[in-house]
Amino acid sequence: MSGAEKIAVTVTDIVPLNDLVTRFEFKRTDGALLPTFSGGAHTVVEMQDGDITRLNPYSLMSDPMDQTAYTISVRRDDEGRGGSLFMHNNVAVGDEMVISYPVNLFSLDLRARKHLFIAGGIGITPFLAQIKQLERFNGHWELHYACRSESLGSYVDELTGHHPNETHIYYDDQDQAIDLVSLLDGQPLGTHVYVCGPKGMIDWVRKTAADEGWPREAVHYEEFLAPQPGKPFEVKLAVSNKVIHVGEQESLLEAMEREGVDAPYLCRGGACGQCETTVIDYTGNFIHRDHWLDDSEHASGQKIMPCVSRFEGKTLVLDR
Amino acid sequence: MTIQFNDETFRDDYSFYNSERAIKRFPFPFHEDSYMYSVNMEQHRGGPADSVYEKRFDVDEHYVAEMRDRAMVLADDPLRCQSLPHMTLAGWDLLELIMVSKSEDYPDLFELHRDGNNWRWINKPLGIDDSFVFLDETTLPYGPMEYITRQAQGDFCVLDQRDDNLWMDAGMVTTQADWSLDFDIGMNFFEWHAPVPLAHEKGIFVRALKFLLNIQQGAPARRLNWTMTVNPLLDTSPENYHKWGIQKTTLTPENIGAKQHLRVELQTFFRLPRSNALVFPIRCYLCSFQDIMTVPKWGRRLHRVIRDLPEELATYKGFIDNRPMMLDYLKNFDDGQPTSAGIWPDLETEPSLAK
Repeated sequence: MSGAEKIAVTVTDIVPLNDLVTRFEFKRTDGALLPTFSGGAHTVVEMQDGDITRLNPYSLMSDPMDQTAYTISVRRDDEGRGGSLFMHNNVAVGDEMVISYPVNLFSLDLRARKHLFIAGGIGITPFLAQIKQLERFNGHWELHYACRSESLGSYVDELTGHHPNETHIYYDDQDQAIDLVSLLDGQPLGTHVYVCGPKGMIDWVRKTAADEGWPREAVHYEEFLAPQPGKPFEVKLAVSNKVIHVGEQESLLEAMEREGVDAPYLCRGGACGQCETTVIDYTGNFIHRDHWLDDSEHASGQKIMPCVSRFEGKTLVLDR
Repeated sequence: MTIQFNDETFRDDYSFYNSERAIKRFPFPFHEDSYMYSVNMEQHRGGPADSVYEKRFDVDEHYVAEMRDRAMVLADDPLRCQSLPHMTLAGWDLLELIMVSKSEDYPDLFELHRDGNNWRWINKPLGIDDSFVFLDETTLPYGPMEYITRQAQGDFCVLDQRDDNLWMDAGMVTTQADWSLDFDIGMNFFEWHAPVPLAHEKGIFVRALKFLLNIQQGAPARRLNWTMTVNPLLDTSPENYHKWGIQKTTLTPENIGAKQHLRVELQTFFRLPRSNALVFPIRCYLCSFQDIMTVPKWGRRLHRVIRDLPEELATYKGFIDNRPMMLDYLKNFDDGQPTSAGIWPDLETEPSLAK
């Protein structure tokens, strides 16, 4: 079986926060307690959208010690393939859904003397759980959170209300920007920096930290990619002895699952490495979108991450 | 089934023994007539009734005596238990995992009563009844990891996960097969496995690490490992090599059946929820050659495995000098008949010894 263990849950609360973001609360359908988790963990939510099963990862934002309910926040992506739209438009309180056990690819380094969080937009969600975890153990943290505008600033009021000294908010439409070089320069020895947000922000923080001489081990980041639509293509699966068609709106991983091929996965967002697949033969071009393989692996034509990457060309044969 | 706890020792007079039931449930580690390293992992979700796989943490007839032996080792050498400062949360995770598992799996032996963070733990075999506040170290006589692993058989390595590696940052290690927590503390996965022969070349550790990094909450894994020990010693540590190493020279053709023990480790792996650390319990089972020979399939197979084992492995496992004497003994229990696949004794179906 692929993916993490599953939990049957019921949607117990839905709260629209602003034009783009809605919060969902899940409780176990059997009434038992949910597993505790560590701040930064995500769950994969299964959505039955007609004939299509959508599986999207969302960071858990509730208190990791609260076993009665999990909450996630979903940002609506009108350009995406429909997972977030399904959550916004089709999910109602009382619905039964299946989610995965928590998986953490963005955990706190508990050796850190201070945790410096840098969030962009919906990237705030893993930090909400990490802040609750650190508050319980008197951890030392500081948050710098960039939002597009006041009206789209999810959880800004909660954060500035509870943690006025630790929270710093920046609104793009008011031309407020994080002064990253001085921020990094002023940190005490033993600080770890964590960034979650759009790709551009992650790249900016990683590069700036590297340029300022920060050790690689002290810089942590997480970005889940949603699979993007693309031109349909055909794939030969050598182990299963099948030729499958990947449609415009589905990922290679989803196409394999649709055809009954048990392909491994965990995050489904190009980050965890579980679905890494060996390419046996190809004629054409890969559209690599993952964070797992490095540039030389992408160029080699020997590996593909089927959760987010695609292919354009004549022949693709995979060892699956 | 009620467990009768043995009154026995793992030192001095070595009064350790296995009951007939313990022999039948001994985790014989060879699933075929030869042995080579492999990433032989499987899910740890129960197993046949009364097997060592059945419960999350197996409790057997040696429980009370093993805990007594651990207390003696710790009294002589407190460095067998260490936890770096950032590992305290993982220690609480482990305490919770063991208390919840044992109270659910052995309700007649262990009880856990929880009211929020006010917990009461009752351990009947060891006569313990403690109330404490979960996540408050000041309410326990030891740190959380030391407290619970003084009450749990087997060694425990608590591994921090960061930078795509695992780090030996905490542990309770008193029943080990010749490695030292005090030496390995703070090392990463490749560093602490550096002394193992052949496996690096085969890429075993790269694959094993990848597997371990991906062990998730709710999906523990397990494997078996093995070595040889003369006399039923739990504490075969480098720190005490001067005491036990010399005992390997006391084997004779007359005493080898009783003195030579196959030492099997049931290794399990659990993701810890609050800390995202990984706990690696290493549970040691000992069985004398003469007790193993009461199972005809195991007698045949053990002879073949030891006979054909590569020299590097026999050297690494510390029995290369005694191998000829072992084979002289074991060959009497190998009549050349084929053996059934798998590790189980198959007493009803396998033929008895034909010589």
